[in-house]
Amino acid sequence: MSFRLPSVLPGFGLTFGFTTFFLSAIVLLPLAALVLAAASMHWSDFVHVVLSPRALGSYRLSFGASFLAAAINLVFGFIIAWTLVRYEFPGRGLIDALIDMPFALPTAVSGIALTTVFAHNGWIGRYLEPWGVKVAYTWLGVTLALTLITMPFAVRAVQPALLEVQRDLEEAAETLGAHRFYVFRHIILPTVLPALLTGFTLAFARALGEYGSVIFIAGNLPMKTEITPLLIVIHLEEFDYQGAAALGLVMLGISFVVLLAINLLQAWGRRRHVRAAH
Amino acid sequence: MAAAQPVALAGDARRPGQHTWLHAMVRWLFIAVSLTFLAAVLLAPLATVFAMALAKGLQAYLRSFADPDTAAAIRLTLTTALVVVPINTMFGLAAAWAIAKFEFRGKSILITLIDLPLAISPVIAGLVFVLLFGLHGWFGVWLREHDLSIIFALPGIMLATMFVTFPYVARELIPLMQQLGNNEEEAAITLGAGGWMTFFRVTLPKIRWGLVYGVVLCNARAMGEFGMVLVSPRMCPDTFAD
Repeated sequence: MSFRLPSVLPGFGLTFGFTTFFLSAIVLLPLAALVLAAASMHWSDFVHVVLSPRALGSYRLSFGASFLAAAINLVFGFIIAWTLVRYEFPGRGLIDALIDMPFALPTAVSGIALTTVFAHNGWIGRYLEPWGVKVAYTWLGVTLALTLITMPFAVRAVQPALLEVQRDLEEAAETLGAHRFYVFRHIILPTVLPALLTGFTLAFARALGEYGSVIFIAGNLPMKTEITPLLIVIHLEEFDYQGAAALGLVMLGISFVVLLAINLLQAWGRRRHVRAAH
Repeated sequence: MAAAQPVALAGDARRPGQHTWLHAMVRWLFIAVSLTFLAAVLLAPLATVFAMALAKGLQAYLRSFADPDTAAAIRLTLTTALVVVPINTMFGLAAAWAIAKFEFRGKSILITLIDLPLAISPVIAGLVFVLLFGLHGWFGVWLREHDLSIIFALPGIMLATMFVTFPYVARELIPLMQQLGNNEEEAAITLGAGGWMTFFRVTLPKIRWGLVYGVVLCNARAMGEFGMVLVSPRMCPDTFAD
């Protein structure tokens, strides 16, 4: 197989060239600087920074909370998108418009607002306190902030796909006696699955990089509620650029592998889908 | 449409089989779950933001805009968005065309690289530009000799913002264009339309709303970012963007 399959459409050279050029200038060149900064460290220093217990604790929180937030949004994002697409109820237009708010708010503002609401004397926090549930200044708060910040990805990825589901197929299936869950499993889910995965990927990626909102609600205790980006800032404030670059490199490497795995899975799913359609 | 429906479904114009108790229950359950989740996670914090902004009354809120620091910060934010968003839109369109319209090797890697700025903390984005253009950075000496400053100045903020908002338009358009397929473009080309004409007359109208949404997201993120601006121009209060 050659580099690309033939197509009658023009513009591959122009668009592919521009894409790779711009990608190299804006993303790859800066990342190369990061790699080189970390590479100029002595190997033992690198290992010392990257595998310190404090760093390990921060990876666990960053990746765990991001994964959890993306998973929560996978479920609730689907339910919200379904509600918005399929049901009529008062205030639907308003809710639909509000979904994007987390993108529009400065992240620091979201963080401060969430902390206010979920602190032990906040609007919601005071009802959780008697149950022994502490949200602000724990890992729950971190997950919550990441959930809020990444929610629009999940909802907005699924919404157009749900609109695409062919209602006549569903109706045909039901007329033929299919149970609702059967219709969901065999007609709705296959159509929206790629969109669900895209939403999950973007939410997970965005959650990993989030900083502004989390630092306000996390409490930032080393080992417990300290995310990796914060640890990087701490290194920066000590003018330890190399240490910061080393931690950044670890985040970068793990993120790349995880994202590539999800994208490959999706490409595989799409190829299978195309083959099944022919 | 209604006239063509069988008599048995006459009272049920929207969805046959919609009116069993199970469907009604699922429907209300979904609405209730959605609204509860949104109320706790989204509406309560939003309400707090407005409550905090207006805590000292509307007068005090409006007066804060008269403050020269606030005015400068807002102007800086708008200038940055005005430069960054069009560039990233052009990139997004080119990337989506290359990725959605053609099959080539290494596509998943290219998509992943486009995703990567999402996963990179804006703090690191700030750091890498310091590494590149700072005093001890790769281009630092050259920049100093020519008396140019990028870090702690407008170009630095723009570069960092461009990096952070890089994926939004492309990521919005790629799935949309993949879903819509190539048939109409191929028909246009076969009938003798040029590449640009096909793009403007066939593709652009189809992806219009996706594009608008991507641009809005990119813009919102460009204006709302906090982390990288924290690192990049920290030393100089004139360039604070929030």
